[in-house]
Amino acid sequence: MTRRREISVNYLVLVVFSIVALWPVITIGVSAFGPAGVDTGEGIAGLHPENFATAWQEGRFTLYMRNSVLVSALVVVLAVSCSVLAGYAFGTMTFRGSGVLFYLFLLGIMVPAEAIVVPLFFDLRQLGLTDTIWAVAMPQVAQSIAFGTYWMRTYFRSSNRSIAEAARIDGASSGQILWRVQVPIARPAIVTLVVLVFMWTWNEFLIPLVMSPSGALRTAPLGLAFFQGQYSTNTALMGAAAVLVALPVVIVYLVLQRHFIRGMVEGAVKD
Amino acid sequence: MARSSASKATGSGRRDGVRHSASHGHGPLTPYLFVLPAFVIFAAFLLYPLGRAAQFSLFSWDTISPAVFVGFANYAELARDDGLRRSFLHAFVLIIFYAGLPLSIGLVIASILNRAKVRGMTFFRTVIFLPQVIAMVVVAVAWTRLYSTDGSINALLDAVGLESWSRAWLGDYLFALPAVGLIGSWVETGLVTILLLAGMGRIAKDQYEAARLDGAGAVQEFFAVTLPAVRGEIAVALTLTVVAALKTFDLIYMTTRGGPGTSTTVPSYQVYYQAFQLGQVGVASAIGIALTILIFGISLVITRIADRDIT
Repeated sequence: MTRRREISVNYLVLVVFSIVALWPVITIGVSAFGPAGVDTGEGIAGLHPENFATAWQEGRFTLYMRNSVLVSALVVVLAVSCSVLAGYAFGTMTFRGSGVLFYLFLLGIMVPAEAIVVPLFFDLRQLGLTDTIWAVAMPQVAQSIAFGTYWMRTYFRSSNRSIAEAARIDGASSGQILWRVQVPIARPAIVTLVVLVFMWTWNEFLIPLVMSPSGALRTAPLGLAFFQGQYSTNTALMGAAAVLVALPVVIVYLVLQRHFIRGMVEGAVKD
Repeated sequence: MARSSASKATGSGRRDGVRHSASHGHGPLTPYLFVLPAFVIFAAFLLYPLGRAAQFSLFSWDTISPAVFVGFANYAELARDDGLRRSFLHAFVLIIFYAGLPLSIGLVIASILNRAKVRGMTFFRTVIFLPQVIAMVVVAVAWTRLYSTDGSINALLDAVGLESWSRAWLGDYLFALPAVGLIGSWVETGLVTILLLAGMGRIAKDQYEAARLDGAGAVQEFFAVTLPAVRGEIAVALTLTVVAALKTFDLIYMTTRGGPGTSTTVPSYQVYYQAFQLGQVGVASAIGIALTILIFGISLVITRIADRDIT
């Protein structure tokens, strides 16, 4: 193959696969702006942005989005702070049992929600905790801590020790060193973790489905599932509701794209 | 995408026996205090329920009458019951679509793209990775639309003269499972391709030059140089996608609910269905534990094979 032909083959591959990757996304986006019924009128230049308002209202998304924001915020704050602390200890300190403890966290990464969700539901119901934000959030905090501890340990192991040593000689305690010296430098790694945990939590389905049987803590993806039950034939409203549910993560992805790819690729590859 | 990662399970151990924690400026309890909050939450909401699931799996419990100890009868049920056995079979079919297909496509695209540098790679990466960040429920809504009788898949078939093939794909006994599987292929291909591209980008140029001097063509070059070099990435990609295939719940819940009949039921869906629709908590827990063992086992095997071949 000549070089020029190689380059045109490359562009062909890029274009074909971009179209395949985008086609379902475009389909849903286009249907979201279509007419939602026979009496919806002309719309604005043939488009119907009012679908989003209708879907929001009919689908009770004020409640579901609020739940999603609260659950995501709680999971991100708790999981990331615990992971930074634990990852710092595993990455920079030597202590008895650290190997076994860390191994437990590693195994935790692989435990599927399907295995723990059944006992969690019955045990938390016994304690009167189902249908609370804790039942929806805490299992996800635990799952994220497993990955987060691993992620932050990897970072702290490779981070520059000399700065911490210098601060220690100046008499700073471990806590001070972590908070004043390490965390500011570790910001990129922490941002990656925040972004991943946010995405996982926002998109999670099984845990909120099971943990909130009354629907009081229903998150946005569940809202979409229930919306589908009522409006499955209305492609315009379904499309609009689907776009609303996907949009927060997609926006964060478009802004912080590198963090998503880096986190998922390096988080998997790094030893 | 779920919280899973193909982390190579290499225990840290004590890296450096010479160092003493005291000389390191922190008290002997400091590391434990740092790990404590993470461990308490992790133990209470992940390890403990996992243990409870193992315990539940040995009982027959319908959530109303008292639980009865049945030993491994629930696990025997997994092997005996036709529907449950079929659900595991379906999971293996999904593995072909989630892992096999994306890996084959990914290897081809990545090695083509790796041969000549072109513009627009950043845009391309952003686009093909996009399916990974979209909530699976939304993916399901989009594909339900594409697969519907008046959706683009059937329109495409009509356009190329294959009208006789058009059908309601997700409602078809034979084609519903492959149709769901292809959604998985769509979701995973971008991730796999990006992983492989990163791996291939690290291959030294002189390795290719040496192969070319030996008279290797593009295909020989791929098998002699590229493939061995990205073995680690292939292992990671396989682990991630196989685990994703075994954890297909939201997609089934949104598209087919296991139907038509039981033609798309999978273990993940059976956990939910058995526990919360049929009230078979013991069986549901046994499926969950079996799924966990399967995931552990498969990732172990994949990592082992990749490590053995590298050294």
